Amino acid sequence: MAASYGLGLKRPSAIPGFGLALGFTLTYLSLIVLIPLGALVLKSATLGLSGFWDVVTGPRTLAALRLSFFTSLFAATVNALFGTIIAWSLVRYRFPGRRLLDAFVDLPFALPTAVAGIALTALYAPNGWIGQWLAPLGIKVAYTPTGIAVALIFIGLPFVVRTVQPVLEEFDRELEEASATLGANRRQTVFRVMLPTLMPAILTGFALALARAVGEYGSVIFIAGNMPFISEIAPLLIIIRLEEFSYPQAAAIGTAMLMISFGLLFFVHLVQAWQRRRFGHD
Amino acid sequence: MTDAAFAPLLISQPASGSAVTTERYPVRVLLVGTAVVFLVLFLLLPLAAVFVEAFRAGIGTYFAAITEPDAVSAIKLTLLVAAIAVPANIVFGLAASWAIAKFEFKGKSVLNTLIDLPFSVSPVISGLIYVLLFGAQGYFGHYLQSYNIQIIFALPGIVLATIFVTFPFVARELVPLMQEQGTQDEEAALSLGASGWKTFFKVTLPNIRWALLYGVVLCNARAMGEFGAVSVVSGHIRGKTNTMPLHVEILYNEYNFAAAFAVASLLALLALVTLVIKISLEWRYADQIAASRRH
Repeated sequence: MAASYGLGLKRPSAIPGFGLALGFTLTYLSLIVLIPLGALVLKSATLGLSGFWDVVTGPRTLAALRLSFFTSLFAATVNALFGTIIAWSLVRYRFPGRRLLDAFVDLPFALPTAVAGIALTALYAPNGWIGQWLAPLGIKVAYTPTGIAVALIFIGLPFVVRTVQPVLEEFDRELEEASATLGANRRQTVFRVMLPTLMPAILTGFALALARAVGEYGSVIFIAGNMPFISEIAPLLIIIRLEEFSYPQAAAIGTAMLMISFGLLFFVHLVQAWQRRRFGHD
Repeated sequence: MTDAAFAPLLISQPASGSAVTTERYPVRVLLVGTAVVFLVLFLLLPLAAVFVEAFRAGIGTYFAAITEPDAVSAIKLTLLVAAIAVPANIVFGLAASWAIAKFEFKGKSVLNTLIDLPFSVSPVISGLIYVLLFGAQGYFGHYLQSYNIQIIFALPGIVLATIFVTFPFVARELVPLMQEQGTQDEEAALSLGASGWKTFFKVTLPNIRWALLYGVVLCNARAMGEFGAVSVVSGHIRGKTNTMPLHVEILYNEYNFAAAFAVASLLALLALVTLVIKISLEWRYADQIAASRRH
């Protein structure tokens, strides 16, 4: 491949417009994405390594990062479980209303996060549609970390369903038949033959939902209660620091969050590389 | 009719399956039941709540809430921001996919990864980065102040943050499709004497029109609904720098719930329209939207 580029960076082509298209793309990408993100890293670098560490491990920041990460982890786990069941039901069975439900799975992608936030709060507040039935049982959802998890389940669900669905659709039924022919019962076929094949997709969906949840703001702040150390998420703390004009502190928390989400994306990349090696396709 | 006889009608499996490739009926009911309950509880109920709460105080209050001056200016600002951000990202998406899909060059996979970068950045950080650059204490803040140019807490900042969060939408729909389509059509047009631009408008654009529309619809929904990023750069000035989602927040925080849900219902309506267009494109032009299942 590389040899065909010759001395230039681009392989010769009869199609015009390469310079213009790539030039515009790179300029736009740099101005909108790369330079501003560079400013974030640069600003947090003004604290120095120990200063950065002090901000990120300060008790309030650490509590916020921990809350964001663990509620996201919980929500992504719930999504991995129920998202797989939903994908399975939508692909493997035919029932009335299936296509409508299938279409609705994308609602969290389309519904503005602030709208989702106030709607979920209306449902789960102590006097809300669902909250009023939970309150007598002593269960408080809105204005607690549980409420945060509910919002994060809402916004993360499509990631798992939409990653697992195509893999399940393309699953080779002959494998299931072979498994049955060889004497496996249905449960063995599902758990020993099918789930291992679905696992990379479930893990990918899980990590995508987690990455989205860690940075989520709009749907969470209405239902969270936003008490420092208890229900204050990391993105909110960034805004609080910005309002105090503590730009380096805000940038440091932002950089720490970016590192978490890039770590998760790297994990997705590893899972997909492993999947290709193991199954020979993607 | 017994339950068992009726059962296969209610929850059956696709025609391609056989008896050994499905679960027993109670298991099917359990799985489908779980899926339906979960989707109703977590997706449909919140959506229903928006509309019920919006009309709770009566239809008069509803229309008063969406026609009062601050709401109207929020609606106008949201439309204006989308009208700038979406075309900007269309031009970018077309340029990026032309470069990536029609040519082989070094660093292509890196470029492809960088385009998706904004999707993995928290909305709040998407706003923060522009404050760090253009805010009063930002890198260019002093310079901008001396020329009396306001970016943060003004329209340019809101537009920039919106462009950032919707950056990948168009490109990520077009790149895989155009890679699949290859360069033969364009080469044929060029060899018949068409100019580069003519080839693009008469050959390439018709080939990708449905995928482009698909990307634009999703891009627009996010542009109009973005909250976190815009919240950081907007300054929440009523009637001036408030977009619809921010207006919803302000009304809600003032305990003006009926008005908050009334404005929110407009955004929910936008989401529903987006879903309907998205789904009908997926059903009708599945083969012409390469990335229809990648979300």
